[in-house]
Amino acid sequence: MSKGVVMPPAPKPVPKDYVPAFFPKRQGGARAAGGPEEPRTSIVVVGHVDHGKSTLIGRLLADTGSLPEGKLEAAEKASREEGMPLEYAFLLDAFLEEQAQNITIDTTRIGFRYKGQSFEIIDAPGHREFIKNMVTGAAAAEEAILLIDAHEGLKEQTRRHGLLLSLLGVSRVIVAVNKMDLVGWKEDRFRVLEKEIREYLGGLKIIPREVIPISAREGATVMRRDDQHLSWWKGPTLLEALLAGAGKSQQSPEGPLRFSIQDVYRFDARRVIAGKLESGRIRVGDPVIFFPDRKASRIKSIESWGEETPLREVGPGQSVAVTLEEQIFVERGHVGALPEDPPVESREVRARIFWLDTEPLRLQAPVTLRLGTQSVEARLVAIDRVVDAEKLEAAKDSREEVARFEVAEVRLRCRRPLVYDAHDRVSATGRFALQRGPRIGGGGIITFAEYPASLAKPVTGEHLTWTEGRVSQEARASHFGHEGAVIWLTGLSGSGKSTLAVALESLLFRRGIGTMILDGDNLRHGLCADLGFSLTDRAENIRRAGEVAKLMAESGLVVISSLISPLKKERESVRASCRTAGISFSEIFINASIAECEKRDPRGLYQKARKGEIQGFTGIDSPYEIPEHPDLVLETGKEKVVESADRLLSHVLNLVRLKEEDREGAPGPGGQI
Amino acid sequence: MSYLQHLEDQSIYIFREAFANFKNMAMPWSMGKDSNTLIWLAKKAFAGKIPFPLVHIDTTYEFPEMLAFREWAQKHYEIDLIVIVNEEARKRGIGYETHDPVTVTHELKSAALQQALAKYKWDALVTGIRRDEDSTRAKERYFSPRTADNEWEYRDQPPEFWGQFTTAVKPGEHVRVQPLLDWTELDIWEYIRREGIPIPKMYFSQQGRRYRSLGCWPITKSIESSVDTLEGIVEELKTTKTSERAGRAQDHHERNAMQKLRAKGFM
Repeated sequence: MSKGVVMPPAPKPVPKDYVPAFFPKRQGGARAAGGPEEPRTSIVVVGHVDHGKSTLIGRLLADTGSLPEGKLEAAEKASREEGMPLEYAFLLDAFLEEQAQNITIDTTRIGFRYKGQSFEIIDAPGHREFIKNMVTGAAAAEEAILLIDAHEGLKEQTRRHGLLLSLLGVSRVIVAVNKMDLVGWKEDRFRVLEKEIREYLGGLKIIPREVIPISAREGATVMRRDDQHLSWWKGPTLLEALLAGAGKSQQSPEGPLRFSIQDVYRFDARRVIAGKLESGRIRVGDPVIFFPDRKASRIKSIESWGEETPLREVGPGQSVAVTLEEQIFVERGHVGALPEDPPVESREVRARIFWLDTEPLRLQAPVTLRLGTQSVEARLVAIDRVVDAEKLEAAKDSREEVARFEVAEVRLRCRRPLVYDAHDRVSATGRFALQRGPRIGGGGIITFAEYPASLAKPVTGEHLTWTEGRVSQEARASHFGHEGAVIWLTGLSGSGKSTLAVALESLLFRRGIGTMILDGDNLRHGLCADLGFSLTDRAENIRRAGEVAKLMAESGLVVISSLISPLKKERESVRASCRTAGISFSEIFINASIAECEKRDPRGLYQKARKGEIQGFTGIDSPYEIPEHPDLVLETGKEKVVESADRLLSHVLNLVRLKEEDREGAPGPGGQI
Repeated sequence: MSYLQHLEDQSIYIFREAFANFKNMAMPWSMGKDSNTLIWLAKKAFAGKIPFPLVHIDTTYEFPEMLAFREWAQKHYEIDLIVIVNEEARKRGIGYETHDPVTVTHELKSAALQQALAKYKWDALVTGIRRDEDSTRAKERYFSPRTADNEWEYRDQPPEFWGQFTTAVKPGEHVRVQPLLDWTELDIWEYIRREGIPIPKMYFSQQGRRYRSLGCWPITKSIESSVDTLEGIVEELKTTKTSERAGRAQDHHERNAMQKLRAKGFM
């Protein structure tokens, strides 16, 4: 069966001093703006199976004259072999299996041009089990065409694809109501579907740019208008609508600097930090802080192989390589930012996720969270709601897992601090993939991020790194039967903090909960013995108390802190520090009027302050800032101690105790709460 | 930012992701226009030094100019080069004189690569394939896993989004890393023009004919063209309706020939 080819004459040899074809660089350097390159709009076509996606794409290519020679003929031949009239879908469905089953298997990309504009179509399959390919296609698209069969109307996949588009950040959507020929080209049918899809997409905050009646098979309103059948349609054709939105994309928006580090190269004397500008721009001389270690340095140079003159500035979306002025420890996964606009750094993530894998994602099951170049071990710690694609409402029953193709609002906890942004602030650092084993199983966008009011101090010291413990927080919680937490009591001197702290400690301990009081005065005997009562020293006192409380809570204890802590800023910074570590922090305002406290005066301090024997006494000659959003307020001037203690206890138990089913399997002490 | 700049940035990102995630990668290199664009992008990605070897699968049917170019480029770019020939198949008499192009291409390219994979145990191979070349390539991923048998499971490809790729492989498997997937033939030429990338002279007209795509000399046809500048090539491409690989005989041997070749490990 093997047969050779007719051999052409052997090619001639080349001279010994061979040099290839050389051309000068184009005028103005490699990155000169303008030039003959043109923007290209990538479009994803989505919709329910058999609503005509491949047919539409075939039609777009044929009408715009974008098919290479022979393609149309090949499709005709393939159609004949399958015993069908010309099937436009065969232009794309190159695989044998697809032609046999008449469905598109995988993402296909094909370019076409119309009126001087370049488009790239990403064909996404509609068959339910192939939704991961649709996600792959849609994540890369700037515009989506959502197809609806005029005869069948909105189907399950129509809605699910709409839901996924909103998650993937494709906000520019054109709806094409296809197969108008099957409903007699009737306007009232079109209007019913238009209303229905606009309402559905509206619930996802997507306003379609156009809703257009078409027939891909007949070629109506794709490129040509069809005045015979659709004379009532005064809106644009599909291609006119695409043209109107073309070229307005590809521009990564300006935003705060987020420089994702991919690698550090030391191939020669240079130490090159390579990465991507997820957002913002970088200039030589910029002071950059690298998270999560918060090491600071300055950009010394932008490495520019192949450029005539070294670059001084690089903008959003670009790949970049820099050297730094001061040699600090930086590695893959770090994120560079400018000091005035830092990202969030936290072990807790609240997100809306989609899941693609056949095996559901279960509560507490380990997954790898990949965000930019960061990769951290994480666990799903709460499923707040699973979104019903049909009605866009929360499924009522509480859930233990997110199943294949479901969308859910969840909370994840990471083993190490994750650097991120809310998706609506910086989209590139506000979205992530979830990987289980070697495969990516889903993804999500971060729906909530509490930005720190002020940036914590950059860490100084060359060799500091994060040492990761072997025992995870989850394992500790499971072992002790409860989670660690910081219960921060704040209020005037004499408001009742110490009394309540002692009561709470005893109530918790009797329930098998590991607990410890951190008392302001006691700390000043040891850890803070070097501190006085100046504003700076008092702030440092609070910072140390906060750090100690956090560490103890990380070890699994419920720490009850009893400090006046008069300033909002300082309390907030303890809260932020706990959040970064993934520790629950609860601010409890012990509220009693200054008159009441002064009347109690258990240690005679108010008396001394009034006499001027104590300077800078809170409430007398130093301010107390009332908490704006405390997690709990205890009115110790109005309610009895036992009432306050009781309310405090139930608040804390809600915060730290594990759910029934988690406790049963928990080894060691702490079964009884 | 221009679209070409976007493509360059994306390709560089892909190169760096591959190098950061794989321990033992290599880059097949055919000396053609796409291959040379890849070298250029790799030089940019790694600040002037390509930190992995390039692999030329020499079918023994190479155009003399391509071999001369190989020698020149090796010095010019400071390339760590590995040349592979399937000597065993040549000894069995496999060749275009006696066998059909699909068989020869499989033996002298895919099987040769397979032998090299077994020997060097690469866990990632950088390829220069583009989606616009062929409809089966249109369905590729940037990071495309291959089984230990070098096969492509195109029915069950992993999802790929937001710059997150498949970077984990089992022993014996490897990943095809494809930085040029989103580029078109026109983009390649526009980029070669923008950057001034050296390429073989065979792409330009000599006695009224030039090559648009380069492969083994017995099965690669030149096209009628008087174009001898980069500007000319770009203009010619904007009006042509002939597909790029029309001059490559192995693709057109039978229906779905390319798909069969690619499922068996062809690039």
